Amino acid sequence: MKKLLGFLALCGLLVLTACGSGAGRGESITAVGSSALQPLVEAAAEQYQSENTGVFINVQGGGSGTGLSQIQEGAVQIGNSDLFAEQQAHIDASKLQDHRVAVVGITPIANRNVGVKDLTVVQLRRLFTGEITNWKQVGGNDLPVVVINRTQGSGTRATFERWVLGDRQAKPAQEQDSSGMVRSIVASTPGAVSYVAFSYVDKTVRSLSLAGVQPTDANVTTNAWPIWSYEHMYTKGKATGLTKRFLTYMLSDEVQGELVKAMGYIPISKMTVTRDADGNVQAN
Amino acid sequence: MDPIQQAMLKKSHAAKLERRGKLISLFCISLIVVVVLAIFFFVASRGLATFFTNKVNLWRFLSQTTWSPAVKDASGQPQVGALPMIVGSFGVTLLSAVIATPFAVGAAIFMTEIAPNLGKKVLQPVIELLVGIPSVVYGFIGLSVVVPFIRNIFGGTGFGILAGTFVLFVMILPTVTSMTVDALKAVPRHYREASLALGGTRWQTISRVVLRAAMPGILTGIVFGMARAFGEALAVQMVIGNAALLPTNLISPASTLTSVLTSGIGNTVMGSLENNALWSLALLLLLMSLAFNLLIRWIAKKGEIK
Repeated sequence: MKKLLGFLALCGLLVLTACGSGAGRGESITAVGSSALQPLVEAAAEQYQSENTGVFINVQGGGSGTGLSQIQEGAVQIGNSDLFAEQQAHIDASKLQDHRVAVVGITPIANRNVGVKDLTVVQLRRLFTGEITNWKQVGGNDLPVVVINRTQGSGTRATFERWVLGDRQAKPAQEQDSSGMVRSIVASTPGAVSYVAFSYVDKTVRSLSLAGVQPTDANVTTNAWPIWSYEHMYTKGKATGLTKRFLTYMLSDEVQGELVKAMGYIPISKMTVTRDADGNVQAN
Repeated sequence: MDPIQQAMLKKSHAAKLERRGKLISLFCISLIVVVVLAIFFFVASRGLATFFTNKVNLWRFLSQTTWSPAVKDASGQPQVGALPMIVGSFGVTLLSAVIATPFAVGAAIFMTEIAPNLGKKVLQPVIELLVGIPSVVYGFIGLSVVVPFIRNIFGGTGFGILAGTFVLFVMILPTVTSMTVDALKAVPRHYREASLALGGTRWQTISRVVLRAAMPGILTGIVFGMARAFGEALAVQMVIGNAALLPTNLISPASTLTSVLTSGIGNTVMGSLENNALWSLALLLLLMSLAFNLLIRWIAKKGEIK
């Protein structure tokens, strides 16, 4: 018994010292939030850590809401969000500093057998508000419409609803908490319709064009395709130290030129327009 | 003082050891109690904020059917109707328990009464293996096998209470079975011998004596299974469709308290109504598991073999 207790105490001590030395060596920061932005930040952090020894950048998901609330509380160094802080309730945007690192385009997707490739914005809105219940009402096959939503509060959903539904309410429907799940359900369910970021579109689903405008990066950069959002990395007040260096790295050519594109995002420098939190668009 | 008296008055080594052991175990139990109380306090303080800080009517929370905490309805009240989730949770729990019970009791009878050797060597390990499979694996199988199966047979999307029931059925079956096995084994041997000696057949002995005597244990097993089904989040979330709609049939997308919690918590800001409303759901879950526990204790007390 005594030996066992001694052994346990020793183990505890080892774990504690291991933690201590880990934190003491070099600098470490944490970035939390948007799952849409997470893959990009993770990849960039990995590159940055391999180039700079002794730094540690911890990247976590959790959703845009978590990112904004954690940065507001000062619990982390960077809060990732698909939304402007101004758009999220209960967040004091004046205390946060916005760093836009990329743009993400969002496209409606449908099951491959709905028989529709192009919709008007009004038709798309009616699909999601439940006014259109069968695909033949928009010139497709005789199939009931099955709406798949993202979870309430998801950045992708907020962006889609803002630019497609306007102030209308989506009808209650199935909700999934990840874009990957949405894609696989749309692919396998007849008559399903949903929306995902461009990078999630593959051959198993059909992305729909809006009144002839194709969902392409080029159309996003000119705002011809209106359903897109900035990817924000918020800091509380001015960024300092490692946080500042990492954010500078995120905007460097190394990340913006190669990584951003490779991972399916649109570099911020390619945008020919700027959009503010209220949705006003200005040419650059 | 003579040495013997001295030795008698001094604390012996064994007594010291015992004292130390008592302290250590007291420390352990108080740590657990503190953790449980802290969790209760935290969940309750957050969950009750919906009603006290955000002034949501408790009755509306339990009876309304629209779940959209971020949006206010025509009268300016936030739409936090939890009824669809409550119905969904109880629906999958009760249905899966109803389906699992006959299978579990049948399997347990086979393992203890009919083929005890085979039961001990083969079936027991298999059941124990089933208990150890992580719920995400059950959910994944449900998503890739059960959901398409239901879609092909019954139409619709395949997501819904029926898919959730199937997955939970497999998940709680081993729990209920192994607890039923224990209950049957606990029936004293002389009960069976007396029944057989009176000329009862094996079937009569099993159905009228063994099952009757083991009833409280079997009920406890069923309630344990229900508690597990009620609290299961991941596997159910993957197959139920997560639509906060009052289910109209077994194959329309529905949601449970747990599925709304796991999918929503990451997208809300701590301290906001949306977040508090989720904590209220968590509080409801906690109270339900407390109720299940009390039920188990009550059954055990009622049905003690005297």
